[in-house]
Amino acid sequence: MSQPANMPRWASLWLMPLLNLFAALFVSGLVIALIGEDPVECLKLMINGAFGYPEGIGYTLFYTTSFIFTGLAVAAAFHAGLFNIGGEGQMYLAGLGVTLVCLQFDYLPAYVVIPLAMLAAILFGGAWALVPGYLQAKRGSHIVVTTIMFNFIASSLMTWLLVDKLRMEGSQTPATREFAQNAWVPMLHELFAPLGVELPNTPLNASFFLALMALVLFYLVVWHSPKGFVTRTVGLNEKAARYAGIPVDKVIIAVMCVSGALAGLAAINELLGSTHRMNMGFTNGIGFVGIAVALMGRNHPVGILLSALLFGALTQGGLDLSFEKPAITREMIIFTQGLIILFCGALENLFQTPLSAAFKRMLKNQ
Amino acid sequence: MAELAIELIGVNKHFGEVHANKNITFGVRKGTVHGIIGENGAGKSTLMSIIYGYYQADSGTIKINGKAERIRSSHAAIGLGIGMVHQHFMLVDPFTVLENIVLGAEGGVTLEGSLAAARTHLQKLNQDYGLQVDPDAIVGELGVGTQQRVEILKTLYRGADVLILDEPTAVLTPQEADDLFRILRLLRDQGKTVILITHKLREVLDITDDVTVMRAGEIVGQVRTADVTKEDLADLMVGRKVNMHLDKAAAVPGKKVLSVSGLNLVDSRGVALLKDIGFDLHAGEIVGIAGVSGNGQSELLEVLSGMREATSGSVQFKGMELATLKTREPKAAAYRKLGIAHIPEDRSREGMVKDFMTFENAILGYHDDPSVRRGFLFNRKAIIERCRRFIDEFDVRPALTHRRIGLFSGGNQQKVILAREIHANPDLLLIGQPTRGVDIGAIEFIHKRLMQLRDEGKALLLVSVELDEIMALSDRIIVMNGGAISGELPAAEATATSLGLLMGGHK
Repeated sequence: MSQPANMPRWASLWLMPLLNLFAALFVSGLVIALIGEDPVECLKLMINGAFGYPEGIGYTLFYTTSFIFTGLAVAAAFHAGLFNIGGEGQMYLAGLGVTLVCLQFDYLPAYVVIPLAMLAAILFGGAWALVPGYLQAKRGSHIVVTTIMFNFIASSLMTWLLVDKLRMEGSQTPATREFAQNAWVPMLHELFAPLGVELPNTPLNASFFLALMALVLFYLVVWHSPKGFVTRTVGLNEKAARYAGIPVDKVIIAVMCVSGALAGLAAINELLGSTHRMNMGFTNGIGFVGIAVALMGRNHPVGILLSALLFGALTQGGLDLSFEKPAITREMIIFTQGLIILFCGALENLFQTPLSAAFKRMLKNQ
Repeated sequence: MAELAIELIGVNKHFGEVHANKNITFGVRKGTVHGIIGENGAGKSTLMSIIYGYYQADSGTIKINGKAERIRSSHAAIGLGIGMVHQHFMLVDPFTVLENIVLGAEGGVTLEGSLAAARTHLQKLNQDYGLQVDPDAIVGELGVGTQQRVEILKTLYRGADVLILDEPTAVLTPQEADDLFRILRLLRDQGKTVILITHKLREVLDITDDVTVMRAGEIVGQVRTADVTKEDLADLMVGRKVNMHLDKAAAVPGKKVLSVSGLNLVDSRGVALLKDIGFDLHAGEIVGIAGVSGNGQSELLEVLSGMREATSGSVQFKGMELATLKTREPKAAAYRKLGIAHIPEDRSREGMVKDFMTFENAILGYHDDPSVRRGFLFNRKAIIERCRRFIDEFDVRPALTHRRIGLFSGGNQQKVILAREIHANPDLLLIGQPTRGVDIGAIEFIHKRLMQLRDEGKALLLVSVELDEIMALSDRIIVMNGGAISGELPAAEATATSLGLLMGGHK
């Protein structure tokens, strides 16, 4: 019944998300006006902060990279009918895998240690999603509940490890030592410098290309391969999947592992691309933003790229804005993100009825 | 001209670009049984939904007892004395009959008061219309026929003068259907008006006074039942002459393909669903399994197709024991590779993925086949070519490979599934309800195709609740009742009566 009978495809694909986005921005604007700031000026500052100068663009794309991975993670599970809320925890655990590899092997050359760290991110992130996947497939424990709980477990586990086990000796902060340079994923400005292209110094790194590759691969697997076919069959009609001889349990478990692994790759961008050490709480809500990215991007790579870019811009522009306007705190930006999630996710069909009625009238008049 | 209970004048209804009801004008005489027949998608259900207030007409007038009304909800329809008995009952199983009937019409502060009042009222209704329903019985424990009577009682309790019944006999044995007709006649004689939506011509001739025939959203005939024959109605429905009988040559059974013996299935609650099932099936023959739905036929198909594990017993396919077969992949996949194809009973929920395009549904179950792959990816071109062949060969309309299959009519969906399963060139074809919800034109096509497969030497096991279909196609007929085989007879000796008795468990 969710099928909007009277709406052209382009409208439900493009017009509706845009309307939802504008509604969210409008409400944010009202709140900004309430606290005595000028919403239009704030919007200008944000856009300028995100895209107005080279460093801004670099930071925007850096955030976008992580959001692409966590967005893909949510979308992958979604195609199998699973709502993976646990991207945050999976990314956190993937960070542990990356950290363990780097602390042990960062004396090895980059071409060994970086692939090794990536493998660890994939394995640890995947394994953290495997348990909820297994429980869903074999025991019917609801994936939403288990993945949320696994976020808490991950958080507590990592706090303990960072405070008691991995903390740099002699330091008061719950963080590891800095990884050796061998383990750093090359920055974009470093990569392009030998070619004579001068880029600003930002944390934007080669993981960005990995994210773009992941988008393409995601598209191919989901819509052009038997694996994706099987996944979507399970997600859309489990009975038909059983009829078709698809091992539903195995698919659910495998898809959750892939989802966790994708979330895990965001840890590469953050740890090996930017901080070069593990800090407590380094995931910083990136896993949760992935849910919004996937919802808004309609679980399609193109949509995910665009919505990851939006959230990247919101993060970077928001930070710039909060420097300029002390009245607008970081929490205000999170509030805006929350509104976007609300309008694009929970209230997704807010404009559907009036819009399809409008299209119906238009068709009649033709 | 007799008084009209319901009159529609120039009613139109659109769904997007689909004109579901075109300029409908007709009347239902008070105190008659009025049949509405038409193929699937002819617009019968839409029309009834408009009368019952689910949909609003785009234009036109509806008159109830001669007075123009706007029916905005089913609540308003009930207020006007219109009641509807749905195909799928809207009953709460753990409640008693009385509780179900009062549900939604409770008056007063406490339930006890309204229940007591209802009991008196119910007893009167029970007597007046010969319904014989025990008000204190638990609904879930009643048979389907009785549950249907509870639904009728519900509408009467709410003061219905016009009863609309949507395909009421789809779930009944012939004997139960006769019982229903007896009640409907009684209702009519007591002054009620009955509207019967059906696609079974025999029923229309049996019980109705007037018939309205719909085709493609329009009314194409309004006649007194006494003035027409079965063939007339069928022609009106389809718009051309229909061949109601298949010209079929005698079967030439070949080698034994399937041999089932001592097959039992007990579910997790300990209920025996299949009891000691045994039969043989040969190449070049069609064995029909008749029975009222819910008597084990579905479970038998599930076991034979590998979707469900039997509790005990033996299933030999081309001499190979399947019951003890060990496979890495799910059995449904393994059986398919061995040469067992399956057209599932519940087409829309099992046989296809509604949100998938035609070409994706064309490979469901065969998506791992090397012929559709190129390495790790699909060979999209080969898949679409295959789908196009299916569409051409089976005359699927509209002929689109890139259209969500949920948007096709039931008949065209079934053609895609049939094409897919036949393409695998199976030795054994398990067929569940091949023409359920399929229009007459497509039924003819599907039946011919199945006969052709038989003549090519395939073994076909046909499960259907349509006796006409079973009798027209099968060479031998097995009747199931209560999970067991209650009888087997050659098709030539079978009559609706003899099968009906076996279906009811009378040997």
